[in-house]
Amino acid sequence: MSATPPSAAPSAPGVRSVSLRSGVYADSVRLMQVSREISALDGVTAVLVAMATPLNLELAANMGLAPDGDSSPEQLLIAVRAESDDALAAAAAAVDAALAARERSTGTAAAVPQRTIGAGLDELTPDDPALAIISVPGQYAVAEAADAIAAGRSVLVFSDGVPVEHEVALKQAAHAAGVLVMGPDCGTAIVSGVALGFANVVRSGPVGLVAASGTGAQQVSCLLDMAGVGVSHVLGVGGRDLSEAVGGLATLDALAALDADPGTERVLLVSKPPAPSVAAAVEAAAADLSVPVRSAVLSPETPDLTAAVETLLTDMGLDVPTWPSRPGPAVAAVPGAALKGLYSGGTLADEAMLLAAPALGDIRSNTPLRPDLHLGTDLSATGHVVIDFGDDALTVGRAHPMIDPTLRLEAIAGVAAADEPAVLLLDVVLGYGADPDPAAALVPSLTAAARAGVPVVVALVGTEADPQGWSRQADALAAAGAAVFASNAAATRYALDLLGAAG
Amino acid sequence: MTLGGMLSGPPAIVAAGVDVFSDALRAQGADVHDVDWRPPGFGDPADLAALALDPRRASANRTAVERVLAAGAQLVDVRPARDVLDVPDHTLLHAGPPIDWSRASGPLRGALIGACLYEGWADSEESAERMLAAGEIALDPCHHHRTVGPMAGVVSPSMWMWCLQDPVHGGQAYCSLNEGLGKVLRYGAYGPEVVDRLHWMSNVLGPVLAAAVRGPLDAGSDPIDVKSILAQMLQMGDEGHNRNRAGSALTLRELAPALVEVDAPSSDISAVLRFIGGNEHFFLNLGMPTAKLALDAARDIPGATMLTVMARNGTDFGIQTAGTGDRWFTGPANTPVGLFLGDYGPDDANPDIGDSAITETYGVGGFSMAAAPAIVRFVGGTVPDALATTERMYQLTLAENPAMAIPVLGFRGAPTGIDVLKVARTGWLPQINTGMAGRVAGTGQVGAGLVQPPQECFEQALVALAEAARAA
Repeated sequence: MSATPPSAAPSAPGVRSVSLRSGVYADSVRLMQVSREISALDGVTAVLVAMATPLNLELAANMGLAPDGDSSPEQLLIAVRAESDDALAAAAAAVDAALAARERSTGTAAAVPQRTIGAGLDELTPDDPALAIISVPGQYAVAEAADAIAAGRSVLVFSDGVPVEHEVALKQAAHAAGVLVMGPDCGTAIVSGVALGFANVVRSGPVGLVAASGTGAQQVSCLLDMAGVGVSHVLGVGGRDLSEAVGGLATLDALAALDADPGTERVLLVSKPPAPSVAAAVEAAAADLSVPVRSAVLSPETPDLTAAVETLLTDMGLDVPTWPSRPGPAVAAVPGAALKGLYSGGTLADEAMLLAAPALGDIRSNTPLRPDLHLGTDLSATGHVVIDFGDDALTVGRAHPMIDPTLRLEAIAGVAAADEPAVLLLDVVLGYGADPDPAAALVPSLTAAARAGVPVVVALVGTEADPQGWSRQADALAAAGAAVFASNAAATRYALDLLGAAG
Repeated sequence: MTLGGMLSGPPAIVAAGVDVFSDALRAQGADVHDVDWRPPGFGDPADLAALALDPRRASANRTAVERVLAAGAQLVDVRPARDVLDVPDHTLLHAGPPIDWSRASGPLRGALIGACLYEGWADSEESAERMLAAGEIALDPCHHHRTVGPMAGVVSPSMWMWCLQDPVHGGQAYCSLNEGLGKVLRYGAYGPEVVDRLHWMSNVLGPVLAAAVRGPLDAGSDPIDVKSILAQMLQMGDEGHNRNRAGSALTLRELAPALVEVDAPSSDISAVLRFIGGNEHFFLNLGMPTAKLALDAARDIPGATMLTVMARNGTDFGIQTAGTGDRWFTGPANTPVGLFLGDYGPDDANPDIGDSAITETYGVGGFSMAAAPAIVRFVGGTVPDALATTERMYQLTLAENPAMAIPVLGFRGAPTGIDVLKVARTGWLPQINTGMAGRVAGTGQVGAGLVQPPQECFEQALVALAEAARAA
């Protein structure tokens, strides 16, 4: 910042900006660095960023950049000459950025752990894409999620036990901040190719999913993948989002975001039946979007998830493939036996009950289609039973059944040992977050069941690219005597066939 | 950018909670940052949630911080307390939250006795004690009068005060003149040399400083920018609470030209220069009202969870927040840990005392420990400890003060604006650097060290803030 050539004197051409700022102190070395950075910009011909000391004022005068009026040495002088107004504006912005920039220290960061999502996000580069994922106990999840929203970041809340009024408050704040709250109790999302929570390795492509149901989204994305169709993003919204209380806040924001996303050409909304008022609001919002939106809603009146995928493929002008399966050894039908559906995925359990109920009549469950069919605490009840082992009541104090199969293995053994004739219907969900080899854990129980004369049907949700590999798992399960289907609907229908009750 | 940019490219992930998600993300090659999350250090989860979700909080805290950062501090006058403070006769101000004689600690009692002797209200230690015990002398916190006092913080009507003004918000703040170290009133000493020095300060030091401050102002000069000195001293190895060497030297440099022009005997001028030059904490009493001005600017902002005061009276530690007005939240003061003068040891130390924690409330002092690694040696710490302390304080605070840059942290701004909610969530308490007074009245300083507030203050503040959030 020393020799300023006399040619840059007061008569020099171009535009100039000279200002004084109070309350800003920076050491001279830093200011010299800033001056050097700015002088290297295109179109900038002279720069002095320095405290307004007599010496620096003299320098500025020599450069034709003296401030008008009085100044004091505590003030920061910012003086720039440039060839054009644009270059001058760019230089002014660059000075501000350079003064605000902080050199991040690396020497000690490791010594002090970040305790909160807010502190963690604060360490990231502000403009790079980022999101937060929260799986702390539910009563503490709110503060962490609020940190992410305050930082302008979307957040996936896996935690359950978050009160609905807190969910609403978070989602309203997120809407105002232009970010998305996925959850609470959201276990599945895929964002720009990154699988969060329980999600499968699927190809990337034009279909965006908005999912109020985790295993539903997994089933749909895996079937699409098997049909050669990829997903752009899978945005989970949490199981309660489409309730009257929450009003679809996250669903509406997710739809709008996918509409604006250049990589998304079609949207499929996967959920249980929404509250009627919410359904109307979502439908109206979807109609205003340029991207076509289709719903895969699980209800007695609507097609199953596999059928919804097939419709979408037809929409896209694609052929519906034959969904992969391993029929397993021929087993004799057991007419009049009981259906024992032992599920880890809640949506898949629902789908099985919706498909089976018309053929079998009432099915008792811990997540029943009607309240009077509730099992209570007796998981070994006789008759047609479907149990969702992923239900909150069964995961208190233990990991999700996709990770810890203990409870379900006990139930399988119980069915095999009981006198009641039965057909076992199971789901096995592959992908990130799931058991690295679920077949290995299941094979002894399935072998025992087959030996006891209980046919076993498995809905295997996954892809070949999943860490567990669909075929590898399917072969292992089939070798243990199970009939394996990529589609839960196909698996359920096969079980109904065995029961002599195909609907 | 939609949804925080996450649809435009693979996002970096910040994760709090179980490892299984992070492990799966790492297996995909994602950029994952695990937070070392712990359950909150204190607080009812419902209160924490009420505050986290209070829609007023973000903007209220932003306003509070903006005011703190924007506030300036100009030295505009030096005057006797009776002329500038609205305090009735026979009243003494003291540091920290309200307290009466019966609960006052040794050093506060010593300073109160010394002030009675200095004012001539009593002619002996015994008569001073009797008057104070009988309630004939009223006690009131400095903080109730836009004033801050280091250690015992006792202010009597004849003491000369630094008068500072915030040119941005128009506030005023006051602080007495620093007496030096050792046997001094603020550390509870009240012997003849203490009272004699106080008389010299009111007869010579105060009037000479007043002339040196007013002279240039009357001649049209700008007031001395005290905030700027505080900013510069952080670049010179001071943290503005326990280390004020550079700041004191800079202040002397600012004052010296005007001091030598004061119309007073040259022996007085010389004595004043020698007194200032020999007192490494001379600046403390300017830094404290600088912080006070900034924090007073952030008072009374509904929904704000930022501290405006941390102060101790030697018995209780008290805090106030921007969202709860003048209400004190108190708990028993801790005893500092540190180094002792001469033969003194831990048993001689009084619990934490003084309004000087206003510096930490402002983001300097213990919060800027990284700027003054020399301070951690008080507790046998190392330079990395000093850096780690400041790194930790960033997680308790709402902002970085760009005016108070810390060189060794890449000129990162001081961690500023203590957030009650963040204190609860991290379970980390603010770090305070402090002097230590002898627990027996009359002793004076026994050492210096580090201390933290009692968690109780923050627990009470959290409950009150959550109540206010629910009522809003």
